[in-house]
Amino acid sequence: MSRSAQEAQYGFAERWLPRLVLAPSFLLTLIFLYGFILWNGYLSFTASRLMPNLEWVGIAQYQVLFESERWWVAVKNLFIFAGLFISSGMVIGISLAIFLDQKIRGEGILRTIYLYPMALSFVVTGTAWKWMLNPGLGLEKLMHDWGFTQFTFDWLVNSEMSIYTVVIAGVWQSSGFVMALFLAGLRSVDDSILKAAQIDGASLTRIYWKIILPALRPVFFSTLMILSHIAIKSFDLVMALTGGGPGFSSDVPATFMYAMAFTRGQMGVGAASSMMMLATVAALVVPYLYSELRGKKNGK
Amino acid sequence: MGRALLYSVLCLLAFYYLLPLYVMLITSVKELDEIRSGNLLSFPLFISFDAWSKAWSSSCTGVECHGLSSYFFNSVKMVVPSVLISTTLGAINGYVLAKWRFKGSEIIFAMILFGVFMPFQVLLLPMAQTLGWLGIASSTTGLVFVHVVCGLASTTLFFRNYYVGIPDELIKAARLDGAGFWRIFFKIILPMSTPIIMVTLIWQFTNIWNDFLFGVVFSAGDSQPITVGLNNLANTSTSVKEYNVDMAAAIIAALPTIMVYVFAGKYFVRGLTAGAVKG
Repeated sequence: MSRSAQEAQYGFAERWLPRLVLAPSFLLTLIFLYGFILWNGYLSFTASRLMPNLEWVGIAQYQVLFESERWWVAVKNLFIFAGLFISSGMVIGISLAIFLDQKIRGEGILRTIYLYPMALSFVVTGTAWKWMLNPGLGLEKLMHDWGFTQFTFDWLVNSEMSIYTVVIAGVWQSSGFVMALFLAGLRSVDDSILKAAQIDGASLTRIYWKIILPALRPVFFSTLMILSHIAIKSFDLVMALTGGGPGFSSDVPATFMYAMAFTRGQMGVGAASSMMMLATVAALVVPYLYSELRGKKNGK
Repeated sequence: MGRALLYSVLCLLAFYYLLPLYVMLITSVKELDEIRSGNLLSFPLFISFDAWSKAWSSSCTGVECHGLSSYFFNSVKMVVPSVLISTTLGAINGYVLAKWRFKGSEIIFAMILFGVFMPFQVLLLPMAQTLGWLGIASSTTGLVFVHVVCGLASTTLFFRNYYVGIPDELIKAARLDGAGFWRIFFKIILPMSTPIIMVTLIWQFTNIWNDFLFGVVFSAGDSQPITVGLNNLANTSTSVKEYNVDMAAAIIAALPTIMVYVFAGKYFVRGLTAGAVKG
């Protein structure tokens, strides 16, 4: 083959092959993410109940949604859960990472122990904690056996407190993952800066507070994104631990949507509630993605 | 901070993380009487695996009493193709998006990326209808399809971010030597991809094995995955609540992903460091 023919061939391949190869994924994304968002949005403006019904009812389903007490309980629970889940997960995860960063013997084993809950499904976590927190035979009985006969712990069946049991199990499961992300970040901080700071006589606390943690801002933000995203999507944990109960006291938007769309024959309300979830996520994620992608381009 | 204090804090925390696993294990080998008379932490007087065999083959999940074994194999049948297909597509997409950019490819990347964050609740209703039209509703094929579509975003992101770090000069040199699109992929890129392939495989395996939402919405009786089986089992109301069977079932459901973490977890952490989740 002559040299020019070869070049022409690569020219063609370079132009079209990459696009052709990317096309199936692009189409899948276009149809099944964006197309479905539109479709679901359309459903939320129709009179759909048990079956899809194309009759347009405007914002009636959103009105039903906003007048539903159960929805506002779910929204309030999401704020309680997300706030505590994210803040506790962060604090515990970062502390673990800093502790493990002190040239610890058996770091590998400890790391595996802290990280393994992340391998479990929320259904497993929920089932396990449901057993440990049940008032009859779980933690409460343990404390009684140990002599603390006044000890009561009935959060699981107490409609005021049930959402906090979801926080306990959620933090247990996810803090190890935060630790892994921050440990990876800590290890990538340049050693020479630390040495210089140490020679200047800065204390370890000061070095972490003033130098290392500020350098980990990107890790902090991506972890924040991951955790808030887990919190907004959290469905399995609530289903397995409390089933949204007692009553609907520990419902979150994800379980609310499932109940409306698939068990209570209120498809329109379900679609409307999922659009509200999407709007919340989009408000968080779109600015983040925008700055990420722009930042990367400028960085080049 | 004293070293001794540091180690005691670390050990205390290790105890806290291990506690549920310990409780699950000892509860699963206790008899029901012993569960009632003892407490959460008391060591079993004698060990019995009856609860395990019951959870596996004869416990009741709703009206059926066949145990979890069929759910377990449903999960295996679902997870293997989903993981392989989504990882392969992610690798190819990442390769194009990092090394063969064209006009508009950044926009396509941003569009795919949004899929990582989007709440899947928005897809549930349209997807249920679509799977019905395609004739794969309530089947393992349907679940595989859903997992591939929804996993594409994260696998593409992982591979793209990893491949961006491979120097462009390598590709240029290969092209001067006459290598084309696929040759470069198979001969140069793929052999360098082991860390990110491990991360993606582990990530996808864990996510898909542990999925509950799609399982509960898109599957029926003979295609339900293990998470749905476990949830049905643990929430079946019977006169006698068999905590030992529940716990054995939970461990069975968790075993594959725990094994993956114990044996391949270090690749996962190493891969994270290599930039899979770089900010």
